[in-house]
Parts: sequence; structure tokens; C-alpha cells
Amino acid sequence: MTTASPRLVQTLRTGLFGTRANTLITLATLVFLSQILPPLFRWAVLDATFVGDAAACTREGACWAFVTAKLRFILFAFYPTELIWRPALIILLLAAILTASALPRFWGRSLLVAWPLTILACWLLMQGTFTSTPIASNQWGGLPVTLFVWAVCFAAATPIAVLLALARRSTLGGLRTFSVLYIELMRGTPMVGILYVAMLILPMALPDAISLDKMLRAIVMITLFWAAYIAEVIRAGLQAIPIGQREAATALGLGYWRTQRLVILPQAFRIVIPGMVNLAIGFLLATSLLAVIGIFDLLNAARASAADPQWLGFYNEAYLVVAVIYFVICFGASRYSRWLEKRLAAGSKHA
Amino acid sequence: MSDRRVFRTAIVPGPPRPGTFGKIRAWWGGWPIGQLAFLAALAFLGWLFVANVLGTMARIGILPGFGFLSSSANFEIGESAIAFRAGDTYLRAISAGLLNTLKVSLLGCVLATILGVFIGVAGLSRNLLLSGLVRWFIEITRNTPLLLQLFFWMALAKALPAPRQAPALFDAVFLTNRGVYIPSLSLEGAPFGVLAAFALAGALGGALLLALRLSGRLTRRTGTAAIVLSVAAILLLLTLSGARPVAQAPALSGFNIRGGLNLSPEFAALLIGLVVKFSALIAEIVRAGIQSVGAGQWEAARALGLHDGQIIRLVVLPQALRVITPLTTSSYLDLTKDSSLAVAIGFPDLVSIINTTANTTGQSMEALIILIGAFLTINLALSALMNIYNNRVALRGSSR
Repeated sequence: MTTASPRLVQTLRTGLFGTRANTLITLATLVFLSQILPPLFRWAVLDATFVGDAAACTREGACWAFVTAKLRFILFAFYPTELIWRPALIILLLAAILTASALPRFWGRSLLVAWPLTILACWLLMQGTFTSTPIASNQWGGLPVTLFVWAVCFAAATPIAVLLALARRSTLGGLRTFSVLYIELMRGTPMVGILYVAMLILPMALPDAISLDKMLRAIVMITLFWAAYIAEVIRAGLQAIPIGQREAATALGLGYWRTQRLVILPQAFRIVIPGMVNLAIGFLLATSLLAVIGIFDLLNAARASAADPQWLGFYNEAYLVVAVIYFVICFGASRYSRWLEKRLAAGSKHA
Repeated sequence: MSDRRVFRTAIVPGPPRPGTFGKIRAWWGGWPIGQLAFLAALAFLGWLFVANVLGTMARIGILPGFGFLSSSANFEIGESAIAFRAGDTYLRAISAGLLNTLKVSLLGCVLATILGVFIGVAGLSRNLLLSGLVRWFIEITRNTPLLLQLFFWMALAKALPAPRQAPALFDAVFLTNRGVYIPSLSLEGAPFGVLAAFALAGALGGALLLALRLSGRLTRRTGTAAIVLSVAAILLLLTLSGARPVAQAPALSGFNIRGGLNLSPEFAALLIGLVVKFSALIAEIVRAGIQSVGAGQWEAARALGLHDGQIIRLVVLPQALRVITPLTTSSYLDLTKDSSLAVAIGFPDLVSIINTTANTTGQSMEALIILIGAFLTINLALSALMNIYNNRVALRGSSR
């Protein structure tokens, strides 16, 4: 400690007041911060109301009482109160499988089995299976919906994306053209447009015998949409595998599919995992667009919570809570991505 | 002579050049019947969907096709670059929406680039406070949804004071709950004179530059001189034609603010949201680009006696742009697509007009075809433009 402190002081001194320009920058930044931070602090702490009801809250300060009162709604929206353990369990299940998927020691065949099972379990839990009344998807909402749609679509889109990426790299002209057209069409369209297709076109396009509810239609279209993005990331990984790998596999007598499954794809996936994590972060943020078609995901639930007549207009507090939730998940994921990148790079150096 | 003939006959002909069919066959590749069957199955599925849609439309009595574009649209559009009233055609409404999308995307790209470069450079500062601040700004904007940020800016725009109480920055910019008022710059006078002045001076400058270029005498100095000359010519012609630039600052009159340029709260919130979000992304790209230039380049440039400004301009930037350009291109494409979030905060962009059109006419399939077609066209055009620029900055003679 005695040696660390002077070094810290030294770093701070050169980092903040090293040169004249540096001192000026520090002072300018301090002036800027002094304009922003004190009012923010006054709003968030000094003038804030921590307990009480809406009447106790002033417009000058934050109303944290609102958050304690409406947190359940922000997290679970309109889900029946007595069954709230179900969406809570879904959050835990998804958190568990995501953690397992994040740790390299669990990577293997068992995860490939665990994913569909977890998703099935979540679906059954959400629907209210084994209760007297099934729970329609328009009662679902909040964090479980955000996480569920994200996990299902990402998990379902990945196999499609592998096929698209392989087709785009293949020598089969027809399939290659199809893949290129599909990927470019999807990547050229905004996600809002895709959601409108799910809302407006899909119900008309499906035969009368099949009727999907809004949530399911959105999941189908988002899966098809994300597959194009994931395919491009996987393609980058495929391109990075030297051609010698394929030639060696062919020389050993492996056919196309066994070459891909045993030699090419395992190496390609290793390369693209950091890219996939970044994509997954972007996708989690993009699920907030579900609000546009009236699904009560986390963000939309927050908005609805501030439209409650008893607690009207506390949008800032609601958005802040949601922002913190998104930030914690995504910031954690991006840190993880960086850690993983380093670890994989170290691994390939040893090999 | 005879030797040559013998030699000629000795040539063994290679395999015949493939004809058109052979080329197509080679391109189509292996597994030909299987591919055909797969594509046919997809086409059948697509046909089934389209048939179902047409069947549904026929049942509810909607005529498929784009005829609805010329019928009149009975809704108002909050703001548009071209005049639009309820009763004008759907085509005009959709064009107004497209122009709004283009306007916000174009402004967003330009402003996000400027802000992003500033933030990116600031993040590389050796000042711990500044780089830390930039780090947090980037992390927060990157790790929260754009829609949430738009809601935040929208709430902020609505929470601004009424025009009467609105504070004026430098007596020129008013932030009010009816939008942001900024000074406007316009040319008054004969419109023909203005146009003629620009055309003449532009032609003059272009001809000068071209002549210099062809004669091989285009240097920094002569080029600057040519540009200065044509700007002077514009000003001269403008004064001669009697037109004068008028800068009009907004001012409070009664309960409202008159004059100047009014950005609606929706437009301001959307623009600020897009600019803030994408400036963070571009800042990261700029940082990566500058860091990709090795320290040796800086040291070598210093050894040659260049000062910092010259090093950045002549050594670092040309190399960093090779990394930066392709990545910014995809940021621009994303920004254009994300401008569609306007629909959630009530700015009448292409997507929200298409949505209204689909709901009022029931022609959802046609409306969405227009939407997807428009965005594909914008995307392709933008990436083609950026590719041209990328070819200019890319490493010459590198393997592609």
C-alpha cells in the first residue's frame, strides 16, 4: 500500500496535469461535469422520494417509491400474480443455460440437448401448463418475454444460419444464389419491416388451418431475420479456415457433410464465437422493437407501468430501471466476450 | 514454310470450349436435380403463401395491385419536405415519408460522423478524466437499446419549457416543448439569378480544375486558388443579381416563436438519438482505426520532422481510413435502417406512413413490398457510393 499509493498519485498527476494542454482538458472536463452531475445527484438522491405513494412524490426529484411499487409490473407485466413464480423460474432457467453455454468447460453435446429442452420447459411454464387455465401469450410480458424471445430466436436461427453460410460458400450455383439473395434481402430490410410482415402478412399467408398468435409469428419472422446476420458471421469463420483442412479431410476419405461436421465447422465456430456474442448483445437490444407491434417486452412494460393512472408519468424512473437491467446484461456479456477472445487466442497459441 | 505446316498439325487440340449450356451447367454445380427440387419446393411454398394472401384479399374485397397509390389518402402528415394535405394521393404520402427518412438518415450520418470522430479522438487522449468519460459514454450508449434512448430523448423534448419560458442559447437557439428553433439561412432575391450564379460559378470552377488537371498543374495551391476564385465569382454574381443571403434568428412573439427553422420534437429526438447512438459506434471504429496504425509510423514521421497535425493528416489518417471506411459503411447502413424506429415516437418516416397506408387501405402486401424495395434501394445505393470511396482509400496493389 505504501508503494502503491505514490505510484497511483504519480499516474494521476501525469494523467491529469502532465502538460499544460492536459491541465486545460482536465479543467474543461471538470467544468462540463460540474454542469451535469450536481443536478443529477440532486434529482436522484437529495430531492428523491424513497417511500410513500404517488402523492408523496415531487416533480423535482426522482420517485423511487414508484419503482418499488411497480417493479413487479416492469419485470412481469400482466402475468397473473399468483403464478408469478413461473416467469421467475424461466428467468432462472435461461440464466442457468446461458451461464453454462458461456463456460468453455460445458461446451459439448450435452448443451445441444439441453438447449431445446430448456426452451420447451420455458414454453410450457409460460403457457401455464398443469394449471386450470392456460395463460394466453398476450398476458406474457416483461423480462421473461425479452429473454425468451431472444433465446428462442437465437437458438433457432443458428442452425438455419449454418446451412445458409455453407450454401453461400458451396459450389452449387442454385443454392448459392438463393443464399446470397436471402441474406442480402434480410440484411437490407429494417427489423421493424420484418415485424410488420409478421403482423400483417403472415396471418394472411398461412392457410386457415394454421393460426399462430402474435408472439409466435414474431418469433418465426425474427428467427428467419437473425439467421441472415448470423450466417454472415459464420461465413467469415468458414473463410478463415485454410483450404488445406478440407483437402486433408477429403484425402482421408471424408465426404462433404462429415468434413464440415468434424473438421471445418468446429474450427470455424471457435473463430466466430466472440463475433456471435457481439451479435447476441445487439439482438438482445433489438428485442425492444417488439414494443412496436404491441408485445409487452421489458421496455414496453416499463412504458406501460408509467401509464398507470395511479402512478402517471414517472417515465424517467421506469426507463432508468430498464436501462440498468439492459446495461448489466449487455455490459457483462461484452466483458465476457473480451475475456473469451483472450482465452481462445491463448488456446490456439498453445495448440 | 513446310516446317511450319507440320508444326501446326502436330498441335493436340484441348477439350472443346464449353458452350453456353456447358457454362451454366458448370456454374450450377453438382447435385443438379436435388437443387432444382429444393428451389422448386421453395417456389411452391412462396406461391402457396401468395395464393393465400390473394385469397384473403379477395374475400375481404380488396383489389390486389398498386392502383391504390393514385387514390386519395385521408390522413395528415405532421411534417414533410413536400407539401401534403389530407386528400392527396398515397403516392405523394409515401414520397413524403421517404423524403423524411432520407432527411433524417443523411443528417444523422453526417452529424454522427463528425461527433464520432471527435469522441473517438477524445477517447485516445492521454488525459485520464477525458478518456474515462468517453469510455463511459460509449459503454452506456452501446449497451442500452436505441428505442429506450429515443423514448428518453422524446421525454426530454416534451419536458422542455413552453416557448414563452424557453431559455435562448446565444439569443439564437430555443429549446421548447414545441420543438427546437435554430437560425435559418436563406437567399432572397431573384431565384433565377441565384440558380444562374451557382451554375455559372460551378461550371467555371469545374472547368478550371479540369484544365489544371489535364495540364498536369493541379497542386494544392492551384486547386485552392481555383476554388477561391469560383466562390468569389458566386458572391460577385449574387450581389450583381440583387440576391442577398438572409440569416434569420428565431424570436419570441406572443405565445410562440417565429422565424428561424423549427425542428419538431419528434424529429429532434429521433435525430439526436440516432446521432448519439451511432457517434458512439463510429468513435469505437475511429479509435480502432487510429490504433491500427503502428507506433513506428508516428516515430518515423517525427524523425522526418513533421509536426503532430501533419502526422495525423499525411501519415496516420490515410492508413487509418483503410480500416475505418468499410466499418463506417455498415454503420451508415444500420443508421438508415434504424431510422425506422421513428414509427415508435411518432415521426412520419417511410415506415410509419407505410404502416398507416397498410391499415387504411388493407393493401399490406403491396405497402410492405414498397417499404422493403425502398430500403433495399437505399442500402444498395449507399454501399455502392461507399465502395467507390473505399476503392480510393484502399491499399493500392494489395491482393483482393
